[in-house]
Amino acid sequence: MRRTQVWILLLAAGLSCRSPAARAETIEITIQNLVFAPTDARAKVGDTVTWINKDVLAHTATARNGDFDVTIAPGKTATRVIKKAGDVEYYCRFHPNMVARLSASPD
Amino acid sequence: MMFKMSAALAAMCLASTLATPASAQGAKPTDPQIAHIAYTAGLIDIAAAKQAIAKTKDKDVKAFAEDMVRDHEAVNKQALDLVKKLKVTPEDNDTSKTLNKNASDKLAELAKLSGAAFDKGYIDNEVAYHKAVDSALETTLIPSATNAELKSLLQTGLKIFQGHEQHAEHVAMTVK
Repeated sequence: MRRTQVWILLLAAGLSCRSPAARAETIEITIQNLVFAPTDARAKVGDTVTWINKDVLAHTATARNGDFDVTIAPGKTATRVIKKAGDVEYYCRFHPNMVARLSASPD
Repeated sequence: MMFKMSAALAAMCLASTLATPASAQGAKPTDPQIAHIAYTAGLIDIAAAKQAIAKTKDKDVKAFAEDMVRDHEAVNKQALDLVKKLKVTPEDNDTSKTLNKNASDKLAELAKLSGAAFDKGYIDNEVAYHKAVDSALETTLIPSATNAELKSLLQTGLKIFQGHEQHAEHVAMTVK
């Protein structure tokens, strides 16, 4: 329900905005066989990151600096809107050998 | 110190058990035997985790044990689906038997402990056990597997269990 509203808002924002560069985007990060892909993801503040878990195991995307801690159930997706700029290393709390980076630039 | 020693010894025993081919005269384990060993190793960790969930009062140890049940059940389900698809019947063997014997001894040993002593005993054994399983996967089980899908499942299993090993090491640092 809330997600639908967010999408409508995003869509409305997109339609009202002439410049595609300023539009909030969704960055997809796939988790398969215990690997985050892309391992180095780039985004802008305001973008949404979607983690797509293709494994049969639950994973987390947990920022080392405490910025976020998202749990992604097996076969499901989880999203997070990027609120601040910076380079963050994140890992899976359940399988700490899974490590990736997310670099967010200011909008 | 005693715990460290016994965990290290247990790991060495397990590593040599797992590294010893299941059949006699040093032959490599066959795919049905490998499937049985991998499945058994998973069941053992689930049993250990269930004991921990019942006994521990430490929230990190409990969360870790719950992760182990969830992951190993998911992996074992994949393994069962694969053997069904490949029409392979897992075959019991001496390695699986030794693993089960060692595991039931460990369960009995840990059953006598409680509180922090139990937590430490469980988590140290988890570190040692995953280390031993990882080493067996790398040196014996993966190289011996002939079916490509079985090999690939074991390779994914290795990544998962290496993750568990690191996770267990983190929890071990918080348990005094």
